[in-house]
Amino acid sequence: MRRERSLNMALMAVLLVFPLWAWSADEPFLITLSTRAVIFAIAGVGLNFALGLGGLVSLGHAAFFGIGGYAMGILAYHAQTYTPLMEWPLLIEGSKAMPVIWAVAIMASGLAALGIGALSLRTTGVYFIMITLAFAQMFYFFTISWPSYGGEDGLSIYVRNGLFGLNTMDPITFYAISYGWLVVVLFVVSRAARAPFGLALSAARQNAARVQAVGQVPYRLYLVAFTISGAITGLAGALFADLNRFVSPTMFSWQTSGEIMVFVILGGVGRVFGPVAGAALFILLEHLLGGVSEFWLVYLGAILLGVVLFARGGLYGLIAGREVAHD
Amino acid sequence: MTEPILKVEGLSKAFGALEASRDIWLDLRPGEIHALIGPNGAGKSTLIQQIAGGLAPDRGRVLFDGRDVTALSTAARARLGLGRTFQISSLAMEYTVLQNAVLGALGRRGGVFRFFRPVMRDAALLKAARAALEQVGLAGVERVRTAELSHGQRRQLEVAVALTLRPRAFLMDEPMAGLGAEGTRAMTAFLRRLKTQAPILLVEHDMDAVFALADRISVLVYGGIIASGSVQEVRGDPEVRRAYLGEEGAP
Amino acid sequence: MSTVLLIEQTLNGLQFGMMLFLMAAGLTLIFGVMGLINLAHGSLYMVGAFAAAAVAGATGSFLLALAASLVAAALAGVVVEMTVIRRLYDRDHLDQVLATFALILIFSEGTRWVFGSFPLFLDRPDWLAGTVMLPFGIEYSLYRLSIIGAGLVVAAGLFWMIARTRIGIQIRAGENDREMIGALGVNIARLYTLVFALGAALAGIAGAMIGAIQSVQVGMGEPVLILAFVVIVIGGIGSIKGALVGALLVGLTDTLGRLLLPQLFGLVMAPSAAMSVGASLSSMAIYILMAGVLIFRPSGLFGRARDAA
Repeated sequence: MRRERSLNMALMAVLLVFPLWAWSADEPFLITLSTRAVIFAIAGVGLNFALGLGGLVSLGHAAFFGIGGYAMGILAYHAQTYTPLMEWPLLIEGSKAMPVIWAVAIMASGLAALGIGALSLRTTGVYFIMITLAFAQMFYFFTISWPSYGGEDGLSIYVRNGLFGLNTMDPITFYAISYGWLVVVLFVVSRAARAPFGLALSAARQNAARVQAVGQVPYRLYLVAFTISGAITGLAGALFADLNRFVSPTMFSWQTSGEIMVFVILGGVGRVFGPVAGAALFILLEHLLGGVSEFWLVYLGAILLGVVLFARGGLYGLIAGREVAHD
Repeated sequence: MTEPILKVEGLSKAFGALEASRDIWLDLRPGEIHALIGPNGAGKSTLIQQIAGGLAPDRGRVLFDGRDVTALSTAARARLGLGRTFQISSLAMEYTVLQNAVLGALGRRGGVFRFFRPVMRDAALLKAARAALEQVGLAGVERVRTAELSHGQRRQLEVAVALTLRPRAFLMDEPMAGLGAEGTRAMTAFLRRLKTQAPILLVEHDMDAVFALADRISVLVYGGIIASGSVQEVRGDPEVRRAYLGEEGAP
Repeated sequence: MSTVLLIEQTLNGLQFGMMLFLMAAGLTLIFGVMGLINLAHGSLYMVGAFAAAAVAGATGSFLLALAASLVAAALAGVVVEMTVIRRLYDRDHLDQVLATFALILIFSEGTRWVFGSFPLFLDRPDWLAGTVMLPFGIEYSLYRLSIIGAGLVVAAGLFWMIARTRIGIQIRAGENDREMIGALGVNIARLYTLVFALGAALAGIAGAMIGAIQSVQVGMGEPVLILAFVVIVIGGIGSIKGALVGALLVGLTDTLGRLLLPQLFGLVMAPSAAMSVGASLSSMAIYILMAGVLIFRPSGLFGRARDAA
C-alpha cells in the first residue's frame, strides 16, 4: 500500500519534471510525446473505472474516444468555417472554446456510453466483449460513410482551440492543460473508488449475487460506471483531437480500443494510477522500439503476451506487490 | 396465532418435464425456525430461489409482510427485509471482513450512488457493521481479508452481512454445511438466539441440528411437500420415514 | 430497381454470409468447447489468404493455393494453440482478449515483415472465371456462386461431423460438461488442439476464397472477425446452427441494406441527401440488427440462456 502510494507520487512527479526539462532543453517533440502519454493515461483511467473496478471488459472504448474527438472536430470545424452547426429548431453555433468543447465531449460520450451500456449490459462475459467491440465498429463505419465531416479523410482544424486567452499552440501550455485534466480525473476516480459507489461496484464485480442479496441492483451500478467511464474516455478523445488538430475515423478503430486496454494492463488492472504508468510505458516503448525497427508492434505484442502470461499485475504488480489495497 | 411474515401460496415451477416445485404452500411466523428438509434433488434450491427472487415461478405467489412480492427482484426483496445466506459462501472475497459488513449496512441504508465521501469513514455504517460482526463473533478479525477466513468464519460472516440488513426474516441455505461438530454446535446455539430477532426459514441437511432447532419442519420430496408439522409429527409420519428418513438412516 | 439487381445482390449477400459463417463457425466452436474468446481468429484468416496468394504465385494452381491456405492456417493454429492459447483456457476473458490481441500484433506485423506492406493478388482460376446463366435470365459470377456452394458443403460437413462422428460426440460432450469428457477418457489436450486447428482451417480457407475477390493484405482479418462476432451475438454462442442463421442474416442485411436503404430514403429526400443518409445508415444496419436481437433475446437466437446469464 505504501509502495503503491510512493509509486503514484513518483509517476506524477516524472510526468511533471520531464516535460519541464524538455521545455528548458527546447525539445518540443518530447513535450508532445509526454502530452500523448498523459492523454492516453486519461483514456485508460476512464476505461479502468469500468474494467478494473466493475470488471466490465469493454473492447469498445474507442467509441467514446472517437465521439470526444469528433465533438471537438465538429464544433471547431463549424467555428472555423463560420457555419452554424444547426439552424433548426434552434440555432447552434460551432465553438473554438475549450471549456465548451470539453463539456460537449463529456456529455456526448457519456450519453453514448449510457445507450451502449444499457444494451450491452443486458449480457455479460464474452457477449459483452464482442458487443462493445461491435458498437465501436459501428461508429467507425458510420464516420467513414458520413460525408459531411470529411468521411474517411477526417477533419483538420487549423488552430488549436482556446482557453482563457492562453497560447495553446505552445506545447508546454497544452501539456499543462492535459496534465491538469489528468490530476482532476485521477482525483475524481480515486474518490469515487473509495466512496459508497466504489465499494458496491467492486463488490458487484467480485460477487454479483452478494450485492443483490444486500438489496442493490448490479445492472444499475454497472451502467453508471460504464457511463462515467465513457465520459472520461471521451474527454481524452477531445484532448487528443486538439493535440493533433485532426480527427479521423481511426479514433474509432478496434486498434484504438485495444490500445486503451493495453494501457490499463501494462500498468496494472484495478489500480487507479495503473493506466498512467501503462500509457507512459506504452509511449516509451513506441519511442524506443520504433527507433529499433519499423515493425515495433511485433515486439510490443511479445511484451504484452509476456505480461499477460507471466506478470499479470502489470507494472504496478511488479513494483508494488500483487495485492490490491482496499480501504 | 400471529400473522406469518412470509407466505408461499401454491408455488409451482417446471423445467421442461421436470416438476421442481409442485403446488407448494408454506409460511414462516415470527419467532420460529421453520426447517425445510428433503433429499438431494427434491427441489429445495429451486424453492429457495423462487422465494428469494432469483427465479420466477410458473404459478403461485410469494407474500412478504402481507405484500405480494412475486414480481419483485432479489434486490427489492432484500430491501424489504429478506435477509439471505447462501449454500456456498457468497462474499466479496477481496474485501476485508469489515468491508463486507459495511457493504451490507450500505445496502440497508441506501445511497449507493454517492461518489465523494470515503465509505470506510462513515461512522453510522461502521457502527452497524461492527455491531453485526460483534453479534456473530467476528469482531476480532475485521481487518482480515475474506479470502483468508476459515470456512466456518465465512459462514459466520454470511450471517453477519444478513444481520446488517436488519431483516424481518432470514432465508438460510445450509448454514451448517462443512462446519464440523464444534462449529455446528456453536451455529445451532447462535441461530436459537437469532430467531427471536427475526424468524428463520432454514434449509439444512444436518438432521440433528434440524431436530434440535426447528419449531416446525416441512419435508420436500420430488418437488412437493409430503409432510409439515412439529418435529414430533414429522418424525412420526410414516410417509416421511419411508420416503426420506429411512433413506438417510436418521432416527 | 430491377428484379435482376435485387436477386444478384441477394446472391452477393448469401456469398458474404457464407464466408462469415466459415469464420463464425470456428469462433463459436472454440468458444463452445474451450470457453476461449479468440481475437486472433482474423489473423488465421489472413494467414490462409497469404499462404494461398504465395502458393498460387509460385505454382499457378488455385487448388494447390486453397490446400495451402487450409494447411498453413491449421498449422499456425496448432502452433499458436500449443504455445500460447493452451495457457489461456483457465484464465478470465480479459486475459484471453489481451493475449490474443497481442497475437494479432505479432501476426500482422510479422506478415508485413515477410511480405511487405503492399497487397498481394490472388487470381481466380480460369475454370471459375466468367459468369453463369441462372433462371430468369440472371447472369452471376461463377466464382461467387462457387463460394456459396463451398460454404454449403462445409456447413453440411460440420453438421454431419458434430451429429455423427466420434469427434463430434466429444465436442458436444465438451460443450455440456468439461469434466465429463475427461472422465470419458478423452485426451482433452489433443481434442482442444484439434478443435482449434479445425477452426483455424475454416478461417484460413475463408481468407483464401475472399482473397480472390478482394486483395490480400495485412489487417484484412479483423473487420471480418468483428462481423463474425456480430454473427455470433445474433446466433448465440456455441451454436453452429446459430452461426449459420446469423451469418446469412448479417450477409443479407448488409448487402441488401446498401442497395435498398438509399432508394428508400430517395422516396422522401433529395437524391444526394438520400444517398448519403442511406449509405451511412446501411453501414450501421447490421449493428442495429444486433441491437434489436439483444433487446429481445440477450443470449442470441439459438443461444442457451445459461451462457449469457
